Amino acid sequence: MATTKVIRVLVAKPGLDGHDRGAKVIAHALRDAGMEVIYTGLRQSPEQIAQAALQEDVDVVALSCLSGAHNALFPKVAQLLKEQGMDDVLIIGGGIMPDEDIPFLREKGIADIFTPGTSLKQIVNYIKENVK
Amino acid sequence: MDYDELIQLFKEGSYRALSRAISIVENKEPGFRKIIAEISRTGGNGYIIGVTGPPGSGKSTLVNELAWGYRSIGKRVGIIAVDPSSPFTGGAFLGDRVRMQRIATDKGIYIRSMASRGHLGGLSAAARNVSRLLDAFGFEIIIMETVGVGQSEVDIVKAADTTIIVSVPGLGDDIQANKAGLMEIGNIFVINKADLTGVERVEMELDKIIKMAYHSASWKPPIIKTVASRGEGITELIEAISKHERYLKDEGLFSQKRRGRIEEELVTLISDHLFEHFSPKIEDKVSLKALTDKIINHELDLYSAAEAVVESILKEKDKGGVKIET
Repeated sequence: MATTKVIRVLVAKPGLDGHDRGAKVIAHALRDAGMEVIYTGLRQSPEQIAQAALQEDVDVVALSCLSGAHNALFPKVAQLLKEQGMDDVLIIGGGIMPDEDIPFLREKGIADIFTPGTSLKQIVNYIKENVK
Repeated sequence: MDYDELIQLFKEGSYRALSRAISIVENKEPGFRKIIAEISRTGGNGYIIGVTGPPGSGKSTLVNELAWGYRSIGKRVGIIAVDPSSPFTGGAFLGDRVRMQRIATDKGIYIRSMASRGHLGGLSAAARNVSRLLDAFGFEIIIMETVGVGQSEVDIVKAADTTIIVSVPGLGDDIQANKAGLMEIGNIFVINKADLTGVERVEMELDKIIKMAYHSASWKPPIIKTVASRGEGITELIEAISKHERYLKDEGLFSQKRRGRIEEELVTLISDHLFEHFSPKIEDKVSLKALTDKIINHELDLYSAAEAVVESILKEKDKGGVKIET
């Protein structure tokens, strides 16, 4: 019987941030690249995101944050995923954040950060190349 | 984790193991048969509720409230929410969770979004196997939410014990209601968004359908009005579901329904396997091109061509003889 493996991505918006146009554009692009995208909706706690990632058995968690709280929220999500044994999940982030925060986020388990100006194709390719 | 470890963790109640098992079964990854064989030894206790209806009728919001309602009476709830896959890219945008915020972190509720992956009946091909997994895992209530359906996606009735059809005010006149298909398969009709104008009209039309399509049935589907976004009508809906469950069990229809479901699934699986077994032969042995040419040139009709192909495959098979092991 033929195996059909599809890349599953959770697109999530942690924290108190009501702007999800960017996250939806990303979700749409990933969908068009043949991925199954689960969207959580706005204002998610790291616990909600981690639980959704676990239930949906995703390969990728894509976090979007425009509120400035990325340094607190992204590492928390990474930590919770790790705690539930999901350390093989590719975590990426995007939004408005200073370049100098990126090394810190990488250190905390976020594989890469995509800031404004990144092409959709670049993100799609990044996921395809790095998903485990 | 290897399969034995996975199955062990599954039995111990690990959600991570359940999630992995669902993916393996959905993708038909190596080991999926082993998982199905293992979980088939147990289960059968979960009650399966199907929720179907047109896009935007509030199915996910209703499922959210329904699950919450069952949770408050101490039941563990597993949810399968199906959304469509793109016929062009195979990708999907699964957004049902957005409406299920209230139950998203409850440890007694498990939500799994599935893409339809080309399957057309309203569910995905793997949905019934996933429902079996949730059942074996110990969920007492399993809710299956279909993609937004039109008129003839009636998969759900084969998968669920109780099928709920969600309508909303303002979708069409009584010509829509007279059509065969979806409207004939409901055990319970819900009019969601019942705070909108036009609710009396929908109720009247549904009432007419019930009187006509179900006139000889011993179960008359009740009509429940809900405003799912405010949690209204959910207690009544849960009561109606229990009433239907009691009816099925009292009349001996419950086991009959489940038996029929297994038989039907078995037949489907047999034909799938036969197809998989023979399809390489169709391409190998028979000149499809030559036959197609003949059809185009009016020398042969489609049915005779198909028959000729089957006969030539069977002739080859007959040499060995066929014996069915039971």
